[in-house]
Amino acid sequence: MTLRDDQIERYSRHIILGDVGGKGQEKLLAAKVLIIGAGGLGAPIALYLAAAGVGTLGIVDGDCVDMTNLQRQVIHFTPDIGTPKVTSAFNKIRAINPDVTVHPIHDMVHSANIRDLIRDYDFIVDGTDNFSAKFLINDACVMENKPFSHGGILRFDGQTMTVLPKKSACYRCLFKQPPPKNAVPTCSQAGVLGAVAGMLGTIQAAEVLKYITGVGDLLTNRLQTFNAKSMIFRQVTVKQQSNCPVCSSSPTLTELVDYEGPVCDLRS
Amino acid sequence: MNVTINGQIEQIPSGLTIVGLLAHKSVEMPDMVSVELNGEILDRPAFDTTLVSEGDSLEFLYFMGGGQ
Ligand SMILES: [Zn+2]
Repeated sequence: MTLRDDQIERYSRHIILGDVGGKGQEKLLAAKVLIIGAGGLGAPIALYLAAAGVGTLGIVDGDCVDMTNLQRQVIHFTPDIGTPKVTSAFNKIRAINPDVTVHPIHDMVHSANIRDLIRDYDFIVDGTDNFSAKFLINDACVMENKPFSHGGILRFDGQTMTVLPKKSACYRCLFKQPPPKNAVPTCSQAGVLGAVAGMLGTIQAAEVLKYITGVGDLLTNRLQTFNAKSMIFRQVTVKQQSNCPVCSSSPTLTELVDYEGPVCDLRS
Repeated sequence: MNVTINGQIEQIPSGLTIVGLLAHKSVEMPDMVSVELNGEILDRPAFDTTLVSEGDSLEFLYFMGGGQ
């Protein structure tokens, strides 16, 4: 791939960046990234990956934009209310960067579709809002050997970890199973400071860019957490568990599971 | 005795199990917490039987389900 003149201009701040350069930019333009969830995390992730010139972006989300989303889901605008989030995201990405091919998928991930959805992509980003999807993404990515970024936010807190299946700790190495139903509040039940979604989502976006360009050390075997009230960022060192049900050498979990997750609905 | 919890040195009573420590720390929803003791993630059944010792380093990892 050779960069066009307009691309050399558009991506000049990457190209002059020592570790990325023209070669790194070409890798970005050739990369395929799937973002699952076009909400609080998916919004900044999609905006930054589009601006960075990631050549193919898949976006999966079954929801439509509603008024309560606009406090933090910065890819959606007031006139988008009622529109599928993937359509709204598609329109913004195309406007930011026509270099990007967008595949909007207006659906939710579940055990029957996720392996097919992720198969064609180089990297998967979890921007979902429920445990069922987070475990499903973890398990499917381990089974399909797809690197991915886990992300979660709640109130003033965020956490993220990058997973290289079977090479680094997976989500299930840390959390064996989802918590009991209704034990854990999701955003809609607990609230979230809008900018926390941006803080975490941009960390995830940076991990994607690092993975594709091969720059730096990925956030593997380290759970990055932060609390926006104290602005304390911490890393907890974790490791692959020899008894992990999904990523160990003798996994006990070999089929995907659809857990019944708490539903994210403010009005319920 | 002194232990380190999420990077902070804290004084706790001796003889606590993990369940006891979670209660002592008034962790609201213990089901939400995964516990790493000296670098090893504990299986949940071990929460009842594992005693916390002087100098232990513990990390409480919280489930964070949000993202929307
Ligand atoms: Zn694992």
